[in-house]
Amino acid sequence: MSYDYTTKWVPKPTPETQEFWDGAARGELRIQRCDDCDRAYFYPRPLCPHCGSENTDWFTASGRATLYSYSISMRSVYGYEAPYSIAIVTLEEGPRMLTNIVDIEQTPEHLILDMPLEVRFENRGDHTVPVFAPAAAQFEEAAA
Amino acid sequence: MSAVIIGAAETDRLGKLPEYSNMMLHLEAARNALADAGLTKDDIDGIAAVAVPGGPLEVADALGINPSWVDSTSIGGTSFLYMVRHAAAAIAAGHCTTVLITHGESGRSFTGQPEWSYDPYSALAQFELPYGVIDNVQSFPIPLLRYMKETGLTPEQLATVPVVQRQWASMNPRAYMKDPITVDDVLSSRMINYPLHLFECCLVTDGGGALILTSAERAKDLDLKHTPVHVLGTGAGVDSPLISQMPDATSSRGFRQSSAQAFRAAGITHSDVDHVMIYDAFAHLPIYGLEDMGFVGRGEAGSFIADGNTAPGGSLPVNTNGGGLSYTHTGMYGMFAIQESVRQLRGEAAAQVDGVDVSVVLGNGGSFMSAATLVLGTPDAAEA
Repeated sequence: MSYDYTTKWVPKPTPETQEFWDGAARGELRIQRCDDCDRAYFYPRPLCPHCGSENTDWFTASGRATLYSYSISMRSVYGYEAPYSIAIVTLEEGPRMLTNIVDIEQTPEHLILDMPLEVRFENRGDHTVPVFAPAAAQFEEAAA
Repeated sequence: MSAVIIGAAETDRLGKLPEYSNMMLHLEAARNALADAGLTKDDIDGIAAVAVPGGPLEVADALGINPSWVDSTSIGGTSFLYMVRHAAAAIAAGHCTTVLITHGESGRSFTGQPEWSYDPYSALAQFELPYGVIDNVQSFPIPLLRYMKETGLTPEQLATVPVVQRQWASMNPRAYMKDPITVDDVLSSRMINYPLHLFECCLVTDGGGALILTSAERAKDLDLKHTPVHVLGTGAGVDSPLISQMPDATSSRGFRQSSAQAFRAAGITHSDVDHVMIYDAFAHLPIYGLEDMGFVGRGEAGSFIADGNTAPGGSLPVNTNGGGLSYTHTGMYGMFAIQESVRQLRGEAAAQVDGVDVSVVLGNGGSFMSAATLVLGTPDAAEA
């Protein structure tokens, strides 16, 4: 398969992930929770990775998260102009996911581990992907 | 476990070899390993190589080998450690008697080497590639900041990893990079992917290597050129194909599980180990590896390396060929880590360590995706 290096990668949804991507298009971070062990999980699949149960339900996550770890790429790749952060965030509900941290300078001085974040949605043509930005609350606290 | 490595060789040259296709590197490595063992291709009845490119069937066919056992494990650069583990099991089970494992990769020149590609429907492609991750250079460093925050590892300590490995490489004529470097050199080298600088990232080279395994019993009947290297114990483990799903960013489950299995199978403790190879695609891997294998406590690897313990003359020689950071790294380095372990156990390494009876090889595949550990030893170690 060949890549289009000029635009950002867009996901190719599959049946078990469609709800996640449809939710993103609606501005909702849709993830799953196991009805048997009551644990939330990501990425989407039809069974719980913790206990194996197929009694799982979709729900809309709060969108609140914290910055678990990240790197800053100094190389521009398909649609991304360096420097740009690639981050693992921990959702309030527990699961972790990869994302970009946006609306903030892409420097170690600004990107502080464990800082509070909240979800944003980035449109890419027919697709929408969740990204994260510094939580508004922390600016309110800082201003207070 | 009764398998032994009776042939081990690399391609004649490593580095920039645009005149070699991927397949030519496989075949030269195979030829050299057969010569190293004193065998011919008709002695081989098992074949292993990563699936794409240069799958084992293509290698066997090109060499004129008719295998009764085939392994195409393709889970990144640690695949060759898995193949040794699988070959040892297959030989013990009687599925074959003599296995050839080959690696060839035109990783730098891309001669006769298809472009790397992802399954576009995989979880990795759906949930990580959209964020500007194009390869391991971007994904592998991501966990490191968490490790640094939780353990206090400093950038200066991290920078000693390539410095120490360059000390080993400076003694190795085949190493790609041999000039000594300092911590300042590392920290002033170009930032590739924060927090990693150029000298903290592996080389990108062309090259190949091959191994031949048989049973210890059959080895006794062969007219071998070298003392067999015994496979004393093996182990395997994984984290996740998705870097975000690594259970703990500060420690590899695969490193922990595979090394514990291998040490247990070999019946050894850490004090029995004379020499260690840790797959070093990036400078933080030896740090994770030393801690996850239990050679040092959590958060201690940085100072352990900075204090010279893994350097020439140190108590625990690590990555004595110069590693992926200074020796060679075709893209799947595991084959070269095993080769150096074999050389040390035979007593023929360029930077030979005195009295190596037990050597441990820790392999990584992808970005903390898969791991394997081999405990290799001399005949004396096998009898101990």
